[in-house]
Amino acid sequence: MKRIDLIKNPLSKDNPITVQVLGICSCLAVTAQLKPAVVMALSVTVVVALSNLIISLMRNTIPPRIRIIVQLVVVSTLVILVNQILMAFVYDVSKQLSVYVGLIITNCIVMGRLEAFAMSHGPVDSLLDGIGNGLGYGIILVILGFVRELFGRGTLWGYPIFEKLGLYNIGYENNGFIIMAPMALILVGIIIWIQRRNCEKS
Amino acid sequence: MFLRNFFDKIKPNFSEGGRFAKLSSTFEAFESFAFTPNTVTGGRVGASYKGCHIRDAVDLKRTIITVVIALLPALLFGMWNIGHQTAMAYGLDWTFLYKWWFGFLRMLPIIVVSYVVGLGIEFLFAEIRHEQVSEGFIGTGLIISMIVPVTVPLWQLALAVAFAVVIGKEVFGGSGYNFLNPALVARAFLFFSYPSHMSGDNVWIAQPFHFAGDAVTGATPLALLTEGSSLNSHFSVLNMLVGTIPGSIGETSVVAILLGALLLLVTGIASWRIMLSVILGGGLMGLLFNAIGTNEYMQLPFYYHYLMGGFMFGCVFMATDPVTAAQTNAGKWIYGFLIGAFAVMLRVLNPAYPEGMMLAILLMNCFAPLIDHCVVAANIRKRKARWHLEVSK
Repeated sequence: MKRIDLIKNPLSKDNPITVQVLGICSCLAVTAQLKPAVVMALSVTVVVALSNLIISLMRNTIPPRIRIIVQLVVVSTLVILVNQILMAFVYDVSKQLSVYVGLIITNCIVMGRLEAFAMSHGPVDSLLDGIGNGLGYGIILVILGFVRELFGRGTLWGYPIFEKLGLYNIGYENNGFIIMAPMALILVGIIIWIQRRNCEKS
Repeated sequence: MFLRNFFDKIKPNFSEGGRFAKLSSTFEAFESFAFTPNTVTGGRVGASYKGCHIRDAVDLKRTIITVVIALLPALLFGMWNIGHQTAMAYGLDWTFLYKWWFGFLRMLPIIVVSYVVGLGIEFLFAEIRHEQVSEGFIGTGLIISMIVPVTVPLWQLALAVAFAVVIGKEVFGGSGYNFLNPALVARAFLFFSYPSHMSGDNVWIAQPFHFAGDAVTGATPLALLTEGSSLNSHFSVLNMLVGTIPGSIGETSVVAILLGALLLLVTGIASWRIMLSVILGGGLMGLLFNAIGTNEYMQLPFYYHYLMGGFMFGCVFMATDPVTAAQTNAGKWIYGFLIGAFAVMLRVLNPAYPEGMMLAILLMNCFAPLIDHCVVAANIRKRKARWHLEVSK
């Protein structure tokens, strides 16, 4: 496998959310607005990439029977670091994300990549794989955040775009359902539908 | 038989290799809408479409048309009631016919939007999949237009119908494969998306045409109860039985709905087990709350629940939807009983959702396959035990 595929595949045909169906929980929880979605996507990318790298470097010295514990320690350390950085620089977003930053530890994508990839591949490949999967997760989050914030609140990144366009004056209203988690799941389903259809064609 | 000749004449154009072969689904739909086809649904060899709801020689279209006829009393009454409520609220002196005509004019755009959007999507999917257009939406479309408030904005209705047909039905394979009642999916979508247009006191009474003053509001019995005000000062039992109360278009009149129920029961299209068990479930839950009776809502006589809101409409026309209901007889009893019980429970205990019937039916739609599975498994175990076969765990 070429190295570029390690980044390219998770974005489309091996996407962690739409194909592997991992990380659904946080994907429903943090995408009501675009900004937290982007921050969450970046956080997860950093955690997956770095933990993949570290575990890959340590993979030959970890005793197999306690490998999950070791992986968890590495991941938790990284998540705490990310959390501290978020609190220091983007406090309001870290408030919005609340527990979901901490819950990156239990994100199936992180553990999944460690077990499935980093434990058996070299550090460079693992780093690329981590970045790829983080971005693959991130791209779905950004799509969801974009659609949900636009139609649910009429804003984008906090900017009241529909109000400026004057849509409310002609009777448009925000859709309350799209803010709720069930609709996020339905949107994920629609993305999967479109993706499958494209895959069938090609 | 001008129509028959016309269809026979243009048929070759739509067959394989004809000029409009791409539109064959559309043609087939119109042809069999006008004439009973020689084949019955589900019996077509080689066709991918098989409805699960047909157990005898009645074509699916006839089934749906019977449902539509059964809906007519409630629909006609609903139209009159729109005018009646407006006339009462604004103190206008309208004749019987004018009330009905006003309601008809108010109702027409809702029905048209519901059908045009819904059938448009149905035809589109049928053409893409090269299947026959399924008739299910003829009933669904009418039901959707009857379970919304008369003032619903049409673009929201269109969006809800599109959502219901695509997400509620077509993604699962079309009519006969959906596990949720599409009409209720549309209503739930509206309810959660635009709550200010689906509940509250402002939505139930249509404004007269060319009216410039402040809108008059009118609360439904369920809304009154949620607010904690007394029911008897506003509506009598007779009001609620006949249906001269504010509410969604088709659901106010228990009498008209029961007329439709009678037709459905006589023709055997709806299951009497489900209807009866929904009523039993609702009644028993009402009695249970009477026994607890810690607030005024709980002390409400149990039969009031049948008269208010969408309980009877849901019980007759939506809980009995053969696609989404339980299939086994024992399963139908459980399914219906729990719908009634949950509907009353949601109404009384959760003031955020004044109408519990919609959510109760949707919830039990989800559980219907599980109920069926358990009933069948239990039956198999019983039979094995009867014949002293080994009972598998």
